Amino acid sequence: MSRASIAIVGAAETTRMGKVPELSQTGLHADAALNAMAECGLTPADIDGVATGGHDVAEICQYLGITPTWYDGTSVGGCSFITLVRHAAAAIQTGLCRTVLITHGESGRSNNRNHRPIFPSMQQQEFESIYGPLFPPSRFTLPVMRKMKDDGLTEEQLAMVAVVQREWAAFHPRATMRDPITVDDVLNSKMIAYPFRLMMCCLVSDGGGALILTSADRAKDFATKPVYLRGMGGESAEGPMISQMESFTSSKAFRVSGKQAFDSAGITHSDVDHLMIYDAFAHLPIYGLEDLGFVKPGEGGAFIAEGNTRPGGKLPLNTNGGGLSYMHSGMYGMYALQEGVRQMRGVSPAQVQDAKLSVVHGVGGMFSAAATVVLTTENQW
Amino acid sequence: MADRPLPTIYPETQFYWDGAAEGRLLLNACTSCDGKAYFPPRPFCPTCGSRDVTVIEASGKGRLYSYIINHLPAPGYEPPFTVAVVMLDEGVKMVANILDCPAEPEALVIDMPLEVTFETRGDMKIPQFKPAGGPSA
Ligand SMILES: [Zn+2]
Repeated sequence: MSRASIAIVGAAETTRMGKVPELSQTGLHADAALNAMAECGLTPADIDGVATGGHDVAEICQYLGITPTWYDGTSVGGCSFITLVRHAAAAIQTGLCRTVLITHGESGRSNNRNHRPIFPSMQQQEFESIYGPLFPPSRFTLPVMRKMKDDGLTEEQLAMVAVVQREWAAFHPRATMRDPITVDDVLNSKMIAYPFRLMMCCLVSDGGGALILTSADRAKDFATKPVYLRGMGGESAEGPMISQMESFTSSKAFRVSGKQAFDSAGITHSDVDHLMIYDAFAHLPIYGLEDLGFVKPGEGGAFIAEGNTRPGGKLPLNTNGGGLSYMHSGMYGMYALQEGVRQMRGVSPAQVQDAKLSVVHGVGGMFSAAATVVLTTENQW
Repeated sequence: MADRPLPTIYPETQFYWDGAAEGRLLLNACTSCDGKAYFPPRPFCPTCGSRDVTVIEASGKGRLYSYIINHLPAPGYEPPFTVAVVMLDEGVKMVANILDCPAEPEALVIDMPLEVTFETRGDMKIPQFKPAGGPSA
């Protein structure tokens, strides 16, 4: 029998999402942080650990009036916040701090900020950007034609990822896009970077989110329903030059991170009730399902197209609608975590009945980094 | 093509761009790994960590490993244009545009043979690829 050591006791998104022109990026961090502290009855004086990605963590401390004994500013793109959950867990376990606030805020749409969240890569600029792929839709998609040739992945299967996630988004009042769509709608939407159409690409939003973590034995002190970490999760990195991925049909960072998380939690795939896989673009849930081992290599596209991940399917995936339909500020990982927490609290508008275990997996940059955590309702297993 | 992006060149990669200026595609290769080539350039082998590396001239032959047809803007480019990953015969992958070839799926067949060509950009030459046996750029 193992006992949980770390609990998430506070979790909240910004008060508004989508278009929030009245807040700066720093303000989005703070709005989410204040919401998370309020729901579990904490003030800045109760926080001794602070972590964020894509933004100076010291600025967040100063803005919120927190004097930390531990901080972490890991910035590897959108999965940074998933990575920071496991870093925070390690810090709490080793006594570096007791109560950690992880914040995300991004003015992706209104651009109320003075810097981009991800460090530019020197080699990526020298050997890739000079050929014109300057934006994520024309970089992140580069491996996909190879996967289509090798695995038989089709444009219709890519389109079905967007269709199925829109079905989930329809449950969420806060989702940006909620109207049903068809495969034809997706394939007829504006061409962005063939074979990727507009509806296969993520939204561009303003928003933020925050989590508060502490030791599991303190969880009873809070009014919120605790969500426990099972195991210590996983992380890995392959690097920002997408052309140098070892394989174009599989992400090494996904495989390494996922295996660590499953091994650490001591779970098998049949234990997973709910799954979040960061979807900046439609191919990512396909790579994720394969690289985390839910399906065999090359079977992810068909698995989604056959309806296994849609409402009522055997593996509920991206139940907030994902970056394609819910929102995508630029670094979406925090919103995947928030939906994982809602599902474990039993309060998601798209609640999976009796869900006790959720896997949250994210990508950073363009297949540059990855992180995975396992959330559960149970404090022992 | 002068307004297309130019690479920021560092000491470790100067030889690559000097080679391109002479119309040669140069790669690093590792002596400890039986002469295995790697990319992008650096003064040690990313497989074994050895500093015992050399510079070789690539054959300039490769195949179309993957691509997108980019409809988004880029300085100096007229969308749509092809952004490809080329697998060189030496076993390394690199990004290039596909010149002398329509930016259409029908013309861009995965695994089709390609050969290197060089695009003039300001004072520089940029390695590019075109269908093998096609007209010169
Ligand atoms: Zn070597």
